[in-house]
Amino acid sequence: MASESKAGKGGAGGWIFLAVVLVTYGVTALLDSELTLRAITVFLQLLDKVYPVLVLVFLLIFIIDLLLNPKRVEKYLGSKSGIMGWLTAIVTGILSTGPVYAWYAVLHDLRNKGMRTSLISVVLYTRAIKLPLLPLLIHYFGLAYTVILAFYLIGFSIIGGIILEKVLSAPVLQD
Amino acid sequence: MLLLTSLVVVILPGQVSSDLFGQNDLVDVLLGTSFGSVAAGHPIASYVLGGELLAEGVTLLAVTALIVSWVTVGIVQLPAEALLLGKRFAIYRNLLCFLFAIAISFLTVYTLRLMG
Repeated sequence: MASESKAGKGGAGGWIFLAVVLVTYGVTALLDSELTLRAITVFLQLLDKVYPVLVLVFLLIFIIDLLLNPKRVEKYLGSKSGIMGWLTAIVTGILSTGPVYAWYAVLHDLRNKGMRTSLISVVLYTRAIKLPLLPLLIHYFGLAYTVILAFYLIGFSIIGGIILEKVLSAPVLQD
Repeated sequence: MLLLTSLVVVILPGQVSSDLFGQNDLVDVLLGTSFGSVAAGHPIASYVLGGELLAEGVTLLAVTALIVSWVTVGIVQLPAEALLLGKRFAIYRNLLCFLFAIAISFLTVYTLRLMG
């Protein structure tokens, strides 16, 4: 966990990761310059798409910082949050929008305020149920299929949360 | 992270061939889960791709595995997840999600069949 701690705190970890990615690009460019150019084009398109959302995410983190304190998080998503914590995590996951990378940052922040490991897992898993996309899923696969799939996704999000917390052997990640 | 994602997206094949599917249920589900796990696109893409594959005769089991793993397993996102939430958390969570995608595919399709 020590190495995770270093990486999780940012610092050199992020720069090393960036350096590794840039070296990978360099090697790829030597092997296939056309592919590298396409990757850069995709990167610019992604950046263009994600940039406005990132602004929203930083705003969200700022608001969370203002509204949430360790006592509140402990109450709703902490080790003694009970059924309310599970429900809050499920609803949060389903309603969550934006890229998952942004949610890693938000959940990292919430974890530092006392959020349970199992509930972090539940939020990430229930993101699979996208409310705005349900009509498209129903269109392709039918209502019965969509309802059954959503039911199992929620059920397995809870099972996964319980297993993950047991495996990691701590109510809150210590990294 | 976006830089790495872009590279992986370009390197990975853009289209999954339906010829690979149809051998048997378990192989179909494993293929669907594997493709979904390495995919890094918007969920809409998985629905559309799943719908098209279904229309081409790929089994609902494989398509369900693809759709579920697409949004729950994040091989491409793994470095970012590990960086922010811890390496053990990220690895165990993705491993569980991979297994769950297989289980959910079978359960969903068999439940649907039971309901007629």
